[in-house]
Amino acid sequence: MNFIKQTVAVTLLNLRTIPHRLGSSGVAIVGIAGVVIVLVSVLSIAQGFSAAMEQSGSDNRALVMRSGADSEMTSGLGAPEVDIIKQAPGLRRNGQTAVASAELYVIIDIPKIGTNSPANVPLRGVEPAATAVREEFSIVEGRMFEFGTTEVIVGRGASVNFQGLTVGNTIVSGQNRFQVVGVFETDGSVAETEIWIDSRVLQGAYRRGNTYQTVLARLDASDNFDQFRDWLIANPQVNVQVRREAEYYAQQSRALSSLIRGIGYGIAVLMGIGAVFGAILTMYTAVSTRSREIATLRALGFNTTSVLVSVLSESLSLAAIGGVIGGIIAYVAFNGYQTSTMNISTFSQVAFAFQVTPQLLGMGITYALLMGLIGGLFPALRAARLPIPSALREL
Amino acid sequence: MKFLPLLWSSLWRKKIRTIFTLLSVFVAFLLFGLLMTIRGAFSFGVDIAGLDRLVIIHKVSLIMPLPVSYKERLAATEGVATVSHQTWFGGVYQDPANFFAQMVVEPEPFMKIYPEFKIPEDQVKAWLADRQGAIVGVDLAKRFGWKIGDRIPITGTIWQPKQGQVWEFNIVGMYDGEASVDKTQFFFRYDYLDENRRQGEGLVGWYVVKIADPSQAQQMGAKFDAMFANSSAETKTTTEKGFVEGFAKQVGDIGAIMIAILVAVLFTMLLVAANTMAQSVRERTSEMGVLKTLGFSNTAVLTLILSESVLIAVLGGSLGLAAAWLIVQQGDPTNGMLPIFVLPPRDVAVGAVMVLVLGLIAGAWPAINAMNLKITDALRRS
Repeated sequence: MNFIKQTVAVTLLNLRTIPHRLGSSGVAIVGIAGVVIVLVSVLSIAQGFSAAMEQSGSDNRALVMRSGADSEMTSGLGAPEVDIIKQAPGLRRNGQTAVASAELYVIIDIPKIGTNSPANVPLRGVEPAATAVREEFSIVEGRMFEFGTTEVIVGRGASVNFQGLTVGNTIVSGQNRFQVVGVFETDGSVAETEIWIDSRVLQGAYRRGNTYQTVLARLDASDNFDQFRDWLIANPQVNVQVRREAEYYAQQSRALSSLIRGIGYGIAVLMGIGAVFGAILTMYTAVSTRSREIATLRALGFNTTSVLVSVLSESLSLAAIGGVIGGIIAYVAFNGYQTSTMNISTFSQVAFAFQVTPQLLGMGITYALLMGLIGGLFPALRAARLPIPSALREL
Repeated sequence: MKFLPLLWSSLWRKKIRTIFTLLSVFVAFLLFGLLMTIRGAFSFGVDIAGLDRLVIIHKVSLIMPLPVSYKERLAATEGVATVSHQTWFGGVYQDPANFFAQMVVEPEPFMKIYPEFKIPEDQVKAWLADRQGAIVGVDLAKRFGWKIGDRIPITGTIWQPKQGQVWEFNIVGMYDGEASVDKTQFFFRYDYLDENRRQGEGLVGWYVVKIADPSQAQQMGAKFDAMFANSSAETKTTTEKGFVEGFAKQVGDIGAIMIAILVAVLFTMLLVAANTMAQSVRERTSEMGVLKTLGFSNTAVLTLILSESVLIAVLGGSLGLAAAWLIVQQGDPTNGMLPIFVLPPRDVAVGAVMVLVLGLIAGAWPAINAMNLKITDALRRS
């Protein structure tokens, strides 16, 4: 009981005197806050990107591509193959017709708002079933395009990030003219960066003959995936690979998000080391300027553990303050920041928003506390071991 | 110079403090070196892109092919020195994770247009003689342990061969180049692709044209685009530099934002380091008084303190920059995602200047204070 009382008393004394050591305490706080800003904000980029990609995939949808193709962009399927794919078992059917959309995926040069430099915006040719395949699809402005015309609809992300993608505008691309008649949403997924058009019209515009690139099919139930895939793989008339849509997008996002995460973690660790040095220095200063007080306390009978705990709690509270400040700055500056980048697998743009999630903030503060703990440990030990007589004599 | 021992011993007066100050300066400059490398990697070598090279792509988008017949028409245009074309092959070697760029080119114009790729003479001959021959960058060869004479199978993702799925190549040569040249590419011959692909005969990805007079780049570009206007494949011409910049911009903000965050924080870390250094001087006010009592002039005290902080900055900073350089020498850690991974000499110079500035700024305030200090105050202050 006495021990706890002692510890609380010394700790409070330490914490109350922090304002007198603002300079050196500030150094530790700023250092730690900086590390937390870097960690949280860089990871929020990766978080936002992979969230956009992962939301795109549903386990209830299967993506069929030519075997050997590594993305929608490089795949190619003839019309006869598409017909066979639509007959496969396991698909949801609406009466006689399969809920599956044969699609084309190309890119079109459109300037990015802000930089004015050309960007590869994905242009997707879809069949009428496309909206039934993607249940999350909804038109938020204007209307759906008419099949058989050169009308297009644009995703909300595309509309925000690229020039001229607003209802009523006409996109000029080479000799083609596409009229924007609507804006759509798909729950923030990658499709929102795309422009959609009738796939038959796109075949003509891009001289693709009667070919498609992929078939996106709605499974009757998620469990039917194996049945659907095995039937297609075993069928000698088609040469395809079948993947769950979720898997496909997760794989596409892996390279870029792990690169960003790698940079984020790597830099945060290095900076963390730097910040720990700062914290150690601060705490050493704190201890050495008060060595007489500490020695007096010990001479009065306060035990070493309470001194140790008090120094550690001081460094932990400085770290916590730094962590919280860093987290708040990262959140205010970056949460929801809209941008777009290139998906390296398809060379096409993906619009997404940075996401500072509670997990990231928790991670930042945990890391801050860890730095505080390491930074406080050695000075705390030193304070606890201070030889009383010589410390009392010190000026 | 005779004060060096004095400097040295005052540095080690508080060992722990000096060591940690040194380490934090070290870490700050190590970070600086790495950041500049990453920044360069995100700009995809825009610094070395040639101004006399124009890139001609399909107007609709980069992925749309152009007819090979444009080559003759481009070559016949006045002011054109060399015409070459390239095609993105996008194949997979063993596993999709082994990503590297494969480019389909015509050897002779390709080598003429890109003198920065250094290929030994006999290997050039071997390439011209072998239709299945491929030239690979030295970094790429090192990554997979390839040797000249190896036979490399690559699965086509865009282009399927007439038989089977796999394209076979013989490595006939390796190219090297300066640090800023991307040495992770794989070049092979267009005639091999064109004769053996199932579809898409006579189509190439884009043209790279070398013009005689770089100052005419704009006009030449406009001329090319006018030549092919209203055809089935209209073109868009940019300088190679503009093209690479455009590509880097597509990756977009995230590279820039990441760098901005890191640089901002780096400066905070530098401030922290500077503050620490300043503090160590402030603590020794009474010693300054002693020095002055012994007859050190105000300027001598000023110089002494400034040199001390510059010494710490230089020691920690140069070690940090050297460590960054060593790490970067190990090459791209991401297996091909950042092919141009070098620490530019220009940034090293910037780093060196920053080291000096850090030392001076950190030392200035306490040094001036110490200079203006009255001996009596200083001695009383402790």
